Amino acid sequence: MIPDLGKYADTVMWSYIVSIGLLVVLVAFSVMRGRKVRAELEKVEDRMTRHG
Amino acid sequence: MSIAAKANALWEYANPRKFLATSERVMPFFWITSIACIVIGLVWGFFFTPDDYKQGSTVKIIYLHVPAALMAINCWLMMLATSLVWLVRRHHVSALAARAAAPVGIVMTLIALATGAIWGQPMWGTWWAWDPRLTSFLILFLFYLGYVALWEAIEDPDTAADLTSVLCLVGSVFAILSRYAVNFWNQGLHQGASVMRAAAITGTDTEEKVSNIYFYPLLLCIIGFVLLFIALVLYRTGTEIRARRIKALLARERVNG
Repeated sequence: MIPDLGKYADTVMWSYIVSIGLLVVLVAFSVMRGRKVRAELEKVEDRMTRHG
Repeated sequence: MSIAAKANALWEYANPRKFLATSERVMPFFWITSIACIVIGLVWGFFFTPDDYKQGSTVKIIYLHVPAALMAINCWLMMLATSLVWLVRRHHVSALAARAAAPVGIVMTLIALATGAIWGQPMWGTWWAWDPRLTSFLILFLFYLGYVALWEAIEDPDTAADLTSVLCLVGSVFAILSRYAVNFWNQGLHQGASVMRAAAITGTDTEEKVSNIYFYPLLLCIIGFVLLFIALVLYRTGTEIRARRIKALLARERVNG
């Protein structure tokens, strides 16, 4: 399935692994932090509403 | 609606609530289309394009290296625009958008530097050279790190936004240099622009133009990276707005006892 990359197979594969890996980490980190902050804000707003 | 009225309507998005409501609505479009473009572009480029007669299969690195490098530079220019809006009009959302974009720019610069080094080793015989374009790109990367560090180091968000905006203005020199260094110094290992250049796009320059076989999947990857950048910046700006609101609410809570 993977095309014959010849003598540069390692070069090409490493480029793809490093780049896609970095993009996945960036998206995952952004989403994780986003969810955490959103949950924290809801908690603080809830508390403030309860305590007037 | 006149152009002036349309331009004025843009400032409505300086309102955090309006920004959050609009970005929540448009974000699914950006996430889905960006992932679709990147996946189709990479699969097309990796599996269905031939090896280059000079560079062999390493030409397939172009689908990651060029879009990442483009976004690394354009991300800084976007930060420059939003920083200027902050300095002139004091809209918090614009300062937070610049802050939200910086880590995206770091990753794009890192991808461009890493794929460039991996590609350069077999083509130039070295991982790195102190070539004008490579060096200005490395300095841009350091500016990104400094920008994020400055935001983290300063407690008062308005002071942090002021100082990071000034840093952004200074760093713009390197963002522009990393694009035009080859033209300015006319030396070094890195080639000049062969993709996003008028003569290459119109086809008048056939010598330095990237062949259409590679150009179409590359264009799809570039569009995908642009859309991913927009999705990430919208999402991360929303996070920064909420984080700032938490700080404000906690401060109010402390004052009220």
